[in-house]
Amino acid sequence: MKATFSIWRGDAQGGAFRDYPTEVSEGMVVLDAVHRIQSEQAGDLAVRWNCKAGKCGSCSAEINGLPRLMCMTRLSDLPLENPVTVAPMKAFPLLRDLVTDVSWNFAVKKRIKKFKPRPPDAPDGTWRMAQADIERVQEFRKCIECFLCQDVCHVLREHQLHDKFIGPRFFTYAAALEMHPLDTEDRVEELKEAQGIGFCNITKCCTRVCPEEINITDNAIIPLKERVVDRVYDPLTRLLRILRGS
Amino acid sequence: MIGAGGAGLRAAIEASSAGVSVGLVCKSLLGKAHTVMAEGGIAAALANVDERDSWKVHFADTMRGGQYLNNWRMAELHAKEAPDRVRELEAWGALFDRTKDGRILQRNFGGHRYPRLAHVGDRTGLEMIRTLQDQGIHQGIEVHMECTVVALLKDGERVCGAFGYDREKGLLHLYRAGAIVLATGGIGRAYEITSNSWEYTGDGHALAYDAGAELMDMEFVQFHPTGMVWPPSVQGILVTEGVRGEGGVLLNSKGRRFLFDDIPDNYKAQTASDEEEGWRYTQGDKSARRPPELLTRDHVARCIVREVREGRGSPHGGVFLDIAWIRKKLPNAEEVIKKKLPSMYHQFLKLADVDITKQQMEVGPTTHYVMGGVRVDAETQMSTVPGLFAAGECAAGLHGANRLGGNSLSDLLVFGQRAGAHAARFARERRAGEVDQRQLDEAARRALSPFEERGDGTGPYRIQHELQKMMQNLVGIVRRESEMARAVEELAGLRRRAAQVRIDGNRSYNPAWHTALDLQNLIVVSEAVARSALERKESRGAHFRDDLPKQDPAFAKFNIVVKRGADGAMRVERRPIPEMPTELKKIIEEMK
Ligand SMILES: Cc1cc2nc3c(=O)[nH]c(=O)nc-3n(C[C@H](O)[C@H](O)[C@H](O)COP(=O)(O)OP(=O)(O)OC[C@H]3O[C@@H](n4cnc5c(N)ncnc54)[C@H](O)[C@@H]3O)c2cc1C
Ligand code: SF4
Ligand code: SF4
Ligand code: FES
Repeated sequence: MKATFSIWRGDAQGGAFRDYPTEVSEGMVVLDAVHRIQSEQAGDLAVRWNCKAGKCGSCSAEINGLPRLMCMTRLSDLPLENPVTVAPMKAFPLLRDLVTDVSWNFAVKKRIKKFKPRPPDAPDGTWRMAQADIERVQEFRKCIECFLCQDVCHVLREHQLHDKFIGPRFFTYAAALEMHPLDTEDRVEELKEAQGIGFCNITKCCTRVCPEEINITDNAIIPLKERVVDRVYDPLTRLLRILRGS
Repeated sequence: MIGAGGAGLRAAIEASSAGVSVGLVCKSLLGKAHTVMAEGGIAAALANVDERDSWKVHFADTMRGGQYLNNWRMAELHAKEAPDRVRELEAWGALFDRTKDGRILQRNFGGHRYPRLAHVGDRTGLEMIRTLQDQGIHQGIEVHMECTVVALLKDGERVCGAFGYDREKGLLHLYRAGAIVLATGGIGRAYEITSNSWEYTGDGHALAYDAGAELMDMEFVQFHPTGMVWPPSVQGILVTEGVRGEGGVLLNSKGRRFLFDDIPDNYKAQTASDEEEGWRYTQGDKSARRPPELLTRDHVARCIVREVREGRGSPHGGVFLDIAWIRKKLPNAEEVIKKKLPSMYHQFLKLADVDITKQQMEVGPTTHYVMGGVRVDAETQMSTVPGLFAAGECAAGLHGANRLGGNSLSDLLVFGQRAGAHAARFARERRAGEVDQRQLDEAARRALSPFEERGDGTGPYRIQHELQKMMQNLVGIVRRESEMARAVEELAGLRRRAAQVRIDGNRSYNPAWHTALDLQNLIVVSEAVARSALERKESRGAHFRDDLPKQDPAFAKFNIVVKRGADGAMRVERRPIPEMPTELKKIIEEMK
């Protein structure tokens, strides 16, 4: 069977969608088709991938307009009567073809205060934690850094507030640290100020595209927003914190 | 540090803590190295689940698994230091699954006598790489993402720098360095069916070889018994051994658990005598012995090949892996499977329309890991080239003829740490070497040669594919003298054609160019595998020859190394294994 893929070709200077008809077979995913096109018709087609199993978060793209992992998008789930469009993520600067410059994300992460554990619980330097207490954080730690949530968030995508807002991926990251049972660091102030959590108006677009099915908004962003609000408006909590020295 | 998987990151953290300035170069983005894909867990004798475990048992298991070709000193250091390296990850923020009393939970895995793998569901590698990455970025390590090293530079005997290109623009870069750690991973792209990504083209192996270092144990390529076989596009993708650790069983088309029919003598005493005992073992019964599904990978892979060849395979040329059967044993089986093996559940549902809580999987062997690599000193991880270190999958020694599952992630931590510390020391104690302009010019010429105008050269993807097919057929799971000799000949032809490849496009993010350069390395490592395999005239561990199916005790006495001869041709040599100290021998005896 044949199908046509309309793939973005070009760089920061400009480009266009180009159509590539190619042979497709049972079980194929979009990344397979892109690879076939690369090896048969367009040797220099730029694309990132590593695991081909939804584990590394390298192959993010916009397929028929939706941010998805190319390696986890089955052709059988797409209408193949029409060309399948494959475009690079829009929220980041284009390098070439399907590859974007995601370095901003790595820079943002560095600005979030690192993990700071409480002193060990046992003399051998280890800690005790109940499984039930870590499950919430384990959910966030499933993140494969595909940056699809960043791509879809209107604050970055439309408003381009990259310097004021760290985006859903990094709220999830901050939440994983803040809710880590051993962590003693405090990140609430910068979440509100420099990291711009207030710009998020809980549209939940990020949650909908997350391939790891992390409930970004309900489980990470909203609880963080609550912490920010508590801190700012609740003088009693504030007083207690000062007294406790935390 | 060349490579940002577990080994490279751990080495970088160690070296930068030692106060030297560290640069980290990697082909992909940070956090995307192979380590991220590891599923099952990290082997370390923490003895949290079974107090009978200790470094001694882990040591003996590793040696038995490696058929005693391992560097025994590495196996000893590894078993002793792995627990500390795992606990350290926890101190850096990793959240492993917990025991009832709140400590790190450990799971069963093939060849490990007791539950030993610290894990997070079936995404342990992600937890590990993210923890190291997040620790590393706060240490002032300079990271060069999407840069590929294509040559090492030397000043006399010692290394003094590395040379490479960046993917984004195709600019050429020189990295001067007082010491270099190779942590580039494996060679799986030399085969057609593989669980490995595009990165695994044996770059570190080839870089070291070109720089005059020795490669050891290259005949030992691990074929993991359970890769996906259907649909074709997912062929080779890994199905973690954790499935079997949680009670999954392997069945042929007759519904028989065929592994019970063929248990190697040296594992008989440790293997369950019936299905019931095997099940009890997976559920933590300490009086039970492990089911044969958890025998070493080389053995399980060969048994699968036999079932398929003898006509008892599954419809798509594999066998069946069944975890759904535990519904008969556990009322909440569906939940248990989803909780313990979430990414397997997801992977099969999404990619193969198989619900593993209800249906059997089809699986078959896939190229997974290379035991062979740069020959290094056990304590320091330095190769035979001064200043050039290697750690992780691209180094040899720890695993001998066969690696146990879980022993790679621990290898990365233990020897990454050691390599980082000793490389830092090496660099600090000596003046940096001088870069020789001629070497630099030659490296640049070679890197850009695929852009030269050429007549009727083939495209690089096609040659790579031919190479993969050839290696799969001629130097695969079951080997034969005549076929391997043919492989060596065909490699010579492929080398000539690879030197003539034609590519389209320019230097900016051009995968055809990258593939053309990677191809050179694949050819070097493929030749090393084929020549070493020819030299080992017996079957042992992952190396199986159907013309010489028996182990030969004479071959237990040495490792095979290859290095470049003065004439540029590959030389094969035997290196005697030093005598093991009595204390270690005693441990092995006691654990028999
Ligand atoms: C699917 C899968 C599951 C696995 N599960 C387990 C498990 O449960 N337990 C276990 O112990 N092991 C497991 N393994 C094996 C283990 O994951 C790997 O052996 C291990 O992660 C290798 O780590 P590394 O640090 O040596 O290399 P990698 O993590 O592969 O990193 C290699 C690095 O080197 C870089 N690099 C390579 N060439 C160059 C070059 N020329 N220039 C610059 N950089 C370069 C790459 O970009 C990358 O950053 C699994 C492997 C796979 C594929
Ligand atoms: S919920 Fe918030 S973070 Fe998520 S996409 Fe909407 S605005 Fe962005
Ligand atoms: S939170 Fe989900 S969508 Fe966002 S980067 Fe992580 S895995 Fe991707
Ligand atoms: S290639 Fe790893 S997520 Fe798609």
